[in-house]
Amino acid sequence: MTKKEIFDLLDSRILVLDGAMGTMIQRYKLEEKDYRGERFADWKSDLKGNNDLLSLSQPEIIKDIHRAYLEAGADIIETNTFNSTRASMADYGMEDLVPEINRAAARVAKEAALEYTSENPAKPRLVAGSIGPTSKTASLSPDVNNPGFRAIDFDTLAENYYEQAKALIEGGADVLLVETVFDTLNAKAALFALQNLFDDLEREYPIMVSGTITDASGRTLSGQTTEAFLTSISHVPLLSIGLNCALGADQLRPYVQTLAHAAPFAVSAHPNAGLPNAFGEYDQGPEEMKALIKEYLERNIVNVIGGCCGTTPEHIRAIADLVQDFEPREIPSLV
Amino acid sequence: MRLSGLEPLVISSASNFVNVGERTNVTGSRKFLRLIKEDRYDEALEVARDQVEGGAQILDVNMDEGMLDGKAAMVKFLHLIAAEPDIARIPIMIDSSKWEIIEAGLKCVQGKSVVNSISLKGGEEEFIRQARLVRRYGAAVIVMAFDEEGQADTYARRIEICERSYRILVDKVGFPSEDIIFDPNIFPVATGIEEHRRNALDFFEATQWIKENLPGAKVSGGVSNVSFSFRGNQLVREAMHSAFLYHGIRHGMDMGIVNPSMLEVYEEIPAELLERVEDVLLDRRDDATERLLEFADTVKGEARSKEKDLAWRDLAVEKRIEHALVKGIVDHIEADVEEARPQFEKVLGLIEGPLMDGMNVVGDLFGSGKMFLPQVVKSARVMKRAVAYLEPYLEAEKALSSDVSKKGKILLATVKGDVHDIGKNIVGVVLACNNFDIVDLGVMVPLQEIISKAKEEEVDIIGLSGLITPSLDEMIEVAKEMERQEMDIPLMIGGATTSRAHTAVKIFPEYSQIVVHVNDASRSVPIAQALANKESRAKIKDSIAEEYTDLRSKYLNRSAAKNLISLAEARENAFKIDDSQKAEAPKVLGRQEPLNFDLKVLREYIDWTPFFQTWQLHGKYPRILNDEVVGKEAQKLFADAQEMLDSIVEENWLEAKGVFGIWEAQRSGADDITLLEAGHERARFYSLRQQTKKAKAAANLALADFISAENDHLGCFAVCAGLGIESKLKEFAANHDDYSAILLKALADRLAEAAAEYLHAEVRKKYWAYSDDEELSNQELIAEAYRGIRPAPGYPACPDHLEKITIFELLQAEEIGMGLTESLAMNPAASVSGYYFGHPQAKYFGLGKINRDQVEDYAQRKGISLKEAEKWLRPNLNYDL
Repeated sequence: MTKKEIFDLLDSRILVLDGAMGTMIQRYKLEEKDYRGERFADWKSDLKGNNDLLSLSQPEIIKDIHRAYLEAGADIIETNTFNSTRASMADYGMEDLVPEINRAAARVAKEAALEYTSENPAKPRLVAGSIGPTSKTASLSPDVNNPGFRAIDFDTLAENYYEQAKALIEGGADVLLVETVFDTLNAKAALFALQNLFDDLEREYPIMVSGTITDASGRTLSGQTTEAFLTSISHVPLLSIGLNCALGADQLRPYVQTLAHAAPFAVSAHPNAGLPNAFGEYDQGPEEMKALIKEYLERNIVNVIGGCCGTTPEHIRAIADLVQDFEPREIPSLV
Repeated sequence: MRLSGLEPLVISSASNFVNVGERTNVTGSRKFLRLIKEDRYDEALEVARDQVEGGAQILDVNMDEGMLDGKAAMVKFLHLIAAEPDIARIPIMIDSSKWEIIEAGLKCVQGKSVVNSISLKGGEEEFIRQARLVRRYGAAVIVMAFDEEGQADTYARRIEICERSYRILVDKVGFPSEDIIFDPNIFPVATGIEEHRRNALDFFEATQWIKENLPGAKVSGGVSNVSFSFRGNQLVREAMHSAFLYHGIRHGMDMGIVNPSMLEVYEEIPAELLERVEDVLLDRRDDATERLLEFADTVKGEARSKEKDLAWRDLAVEKRIEHALVKGIVDHIEADVEEARPQFEKVLGLIEGPLMDGMNVVGDLFGSGKMFLPQVVKSARVMKRAVAYLEPYLEAEKALSSDVSKKGKILLATVKGDVHDIGKNIVGVVLACNNFDIVDLGVMVPLQEIISKAKEEEVDIIGLSGLITPSLDEMIEVAKEMERQEMDIPLMIGGATTSRAHTAVKIFPEYSQIVVHVNDASRSVPIAQALANKESRAKIKDSIAEEYTDLRSKYLNRSAAKNLISLAEARENAFKIDDSQKAEAPKVLGRQEPLNFDLKVLREYIDWTPFFQTWQLHGKYPRILNDEVVGKEAQKLFADAQEMLDSIVEENWLEAKGVFGIWEAQRSGADDITLLEAGHERARFYSLRQQTKKAKAAANLALADFISAENDHLGCFAVCAGLGIESKLKEFAANHDDYSAILLKALADRLAEAAAEYLHAEVRKKYWAYSDDEELSNQELIAEAYRGIRPAPGYPACPDHLEKITIFELLQAEEIGMGLTESLAMNPAASVSGYYFGHPQAKYFGLGKINRDQVEDYAQRKGISLKEAEKWLRPNLNYDL
C-alpha cells in the first residue's frame, strides 16, 4: 500500500492494532532448545527469553501468532522485533544478526498479512515494523553518582535504528512504529534515522510513534509531560502519535485525551490488560477491557486502538467488534 | 511556536514578551565562564536554576570561548541539566557561532529547543544544509540578519536579508514559519557617528515589517548592545534597555536576551531621562545624542569624580601609599616614600610596613577576584619603583637582608628552545607582589643552567614555562635530570601548552619530589606559598601525588580506549576536492621580495580578543569592554594599549616585516604536496591525516586534500613584528616597569598576527588575486569570512613543527631577521609562519590522535627515523612510547 492509501484508510475508520506478542509466546512454553532451533544449537550464550530470535528459529510459531491476531480482526500487526537493535541484541552477542532478524520478522508478518488481505481485499492488513526503545536511554544516567554520564549517545542510537528500520522495510513492513518511548531523546534519534533512511531510499514510509507514561505522575520516564512529548516530536509528519504500555486502559485514558486534544496527527492507544498482579500477570479479561475501551470510542479520542502487555487475540476480537459502531477521531492534519 | 523542555512552552501572538535567561552564557557572564573553566559544574547548575526560578522561560546556553572545549562543555552542561528536573522543565536555547557545537547540543536535548543562530553568512548552500538539520533534530531557529555581504545595518538590508532567509526556509527547506525567529541586529546608538543615528529605529521598523510581511516569524534580539556607548553608566543603560524593550515590543518583538538586573521599570524612568533616551532611540532630534550625553554626565558626575580622584592626596602618607599601590598610581610614589622615610628608623621598616601592607591588600583583592591581572601588574610597578627609590638608603644601612623577610625564593625560566615569556613574566610579577624573591633566568634556558642556578641561589621552588609543544619534552628532561641529581626542590609547571593532564601523565612520574601544574598566575600564589613552607610542603606533596596518580590512571585508561581507523582506511575516506573550483593561477610565482609593513595599517587588523586573554581577562572584544565584571579593567587596559600603540607607530619602536611566495603545486601520493619550479620539484610538504572514525559523509582530512593532483598552487609566508623590541624592553627594565614590558610584548604578538592577517588579504586580493573583489571588515577577517586558509605548522591541522624548516628555507626568512630555535620556536617571539591554501573548500581542522601506522609512514616519507617523528608528534600519538 502506498503512503497515501494508508493515510486515507486511517481517515475512513478506526484501525485495530494487534495485542501482545510476549504473552502469546508464553503460551507455547518454549524451552532453551526451542529458542535455539537447529541453527543456534551451539550458540555461546543462553538464548531462552530472546523472543525476537524466534522469527529465525521458530518462524511458524510467530506466523501462527500473527494469524491469530489477524483472525481476531486486527488491521495492523506488529513485527516481532521490539528488541531487534544492536544495543539490545548485545545481551546475546547477536549484534550482527540484527538485519537478518528484522528482515525475517517483517517477512513472516507480511506473509500472514497477505493471506488475510487476499481473502478479503476490502479489509487490507498492514504490517507495522516494531521499533522498541532499546535497553539504554540517552537522556538519563544509569549511574546515580554521575548524572552527566550516558550509556548511549544520539549518534549510536540513530545508527542502531537506521539499521533496524532498513531491514524491516526490506522485509516488507508497510509502516514503522517507534513504540514504548520512555525517553524522548531516543525517539528523536529514531526519527532522525528514519528520515535519513527515507532520503537514502528516496521513498517515505508512514511513521507511528507511541510513548509510555510510566506512572500516575503523568510523565514519561525521562520526565516529560504528554504535551511536551508531543511538542518534541511534532517536527516529523507522523501518521499517528499515541501511548502504550505501563498502564491499563482506564489509567491511560486522560493522557490519550490530552493527545487527542492537541495532536495534529492521528491518535493511537494500546494499553495493557490492566495493571499486573503480584505475580506479574495481567488479569483483565477481554470483556472488562472492552468496556474501558468503549469510553475511548464514545469520547471520540482515537484513530488506532489495540493492546499491549497481557492482551490476547480474545481481547483484540472484543475490541474489533466494538470499533465497527464508532466513528474515528477527526485528524486535524488531514482536514 | 511550540517549544518544550520537560514541559511545553507555547508562544503565540497573545503571549507576553518571552524572557530568555542569559546568565548561562560564557560570553556574557564572567562568573559562569569561571565556573565552567574551573570545572565547577555544580555551581554552574545553580546559575541555571536561579535563572529558571527568576522567571526565565527559555535558557540560553553558550560555551563559545577560546580557552574552552566548547563542544565538550556544551554536552556536559546539557547532560547535567537533563538530570535536574526543575531546570530541564524549560526549553533550551543552544547558542553558538560554531555549527559543530550547535549540532552536539541538539543531540543532547529531548525537548524542542531553539538554535541560536544560523545565517546566510556562509552562503545559501550552507544555510540550507544547517536549516535542514535543525529541522531534522526538531528545533526552532534564530536567524541572524547576516548574509554573504555582511551584517545588516540598515532598515533596507535588514528586511532584504530577513525576507530572503524566510523565503529560502519556507519555500526550499519547508521550515515551518512559526519556528523561525529573526534577530535583526541590535546595534549601539548615541555613538556620535552619524550613520548610527537610526540604529534603534531601523531595528524597530524592521521588526514591524517582519511581523507584517513574514507570516508566523518571530523577532528576538540581544538588548544590552544598544547602550554600548554608555558602558559604566548603569542608570542610563538601564533606562535605555527598558525604553528599547518598550518600543521593541510595541513594534512586535516577541522575545529577547536581557539581563533582568540591567533593566529599569519603564514607568519609573525619570521623565527627563526618558525623554532624552527616547529622542535617541527614535532619532527624534539632531542633538539627541549630545543631550543624552549631557544628561549622562550629570548623573555620572565626572566633575565630581575628578575632585574625588585627587582627594586621596589629603590622606595620611601610609594611606596614600596604600592607595597608590591598590590603584596602581605611580605619579606620587617617590614623593610619598620620601615623605614617609623619616618616620621609620630603618628603611626596611618602611618596606615591610606600609609598602608590604599595601601589597597585601592587593594580594587579597586579587585572590578574592576583586582585582584583575592588569591592575596587579600596575601595582607591582608602583612597588618596584618605590623599592628602587629606597635602594640606596638600604645599601647605606647595610640592611639588605631582605631575604629574611621574604616568603621564599623562586627560580623561573622558559625552557630551552622556547622564546615565549609573557605568561612567565606575569607569574613572576604576581609572585613578587606576594613577597617572593624571584630569580628570572629569562628564555631559552638550558637545563644545566636551570639546575646549577637553582643550587647556587638555594631557591625554594623551580618554575618552568613554555608555549610550544616541544617545550613539554624539555620539561620532562629537566625533571629527569633533577631526579638523577637527587634534588628535592619542588617543580612548578606552567605555560600555554602545558596542562594538568600532561604534567600528571608525563612529568610527575619522572621526579619523585613535588611536581605541580599551575594553570594561571592567580593560582601560582597559594601553591607557591604552600610549597615554600616545609611543613605544608609535606602535606601538599601527598595530596598532589594522590591527585596526579588518579588523573594518570584515568588518562591511561581513557587513552587506551581511543579507536582509530587505519591510515589506509583514512586515505580511502580522504576529502575529494572539487577541481573545478580551484583558485586561478596567481599573478606572481616563486619567492617575493620581503615587505616592510606600515604599523599604522597593521593596528587596524589587530584581533583584540587574544590580547585580553593574555591578561587573563576573558571575553570577546569588543563585548569585553562592556563586561559587568571585567569591563572596567578591560577598558583601562585597552586605553593603555592604544596609547602605547600610538608611541609604537609614531616613534617606530618596532619593525614589522614579512616575506611570502606562491608556487605551482600538486598533491603527490595521498598526503604530500610537491612544490614545483620550472617543472622540477622545488620542495615537498608532508601533511598528516585524521584517523578518528568519522560520521557518515565526513572525510578524514589532511591538508594535502586541499590541493589538486595537478596544476594547483600553494603559498607560504613568514611575518614578524618583534624586530627592535629589545631596546625598548631594556628601557622598561631600567624603569622597573614590568607592566609596560609585558604590554609591549603582548602588542608585538598582536601586531605579528595582524601582519599575517594583512598579508593574507593582500595575497588574496593582489598577488594570488583569486579574491580581487574582496572587501571585508576586520571583524569579518577575524571570523575568517574570506576564502582560503593559512594553517601554521605547530597548530592543530599540521602539528609537526619540522615543516617550518622547509618554509623558512623556501622563503629565506633569515633575510628579514627571523630564525628557528632547536625546538623550532620562531625567533623573535612575535612571529607567524604558515601556508596559504586558496581553494574555497579548504578549511581548518584538528588532526587529533594518529596511530603508529601513520607515524611510520610519515617518517619514511620524510626520511627521518621513527623515533624522530614520534618526538615531534608526541602530543598526537594514540599510543605510549
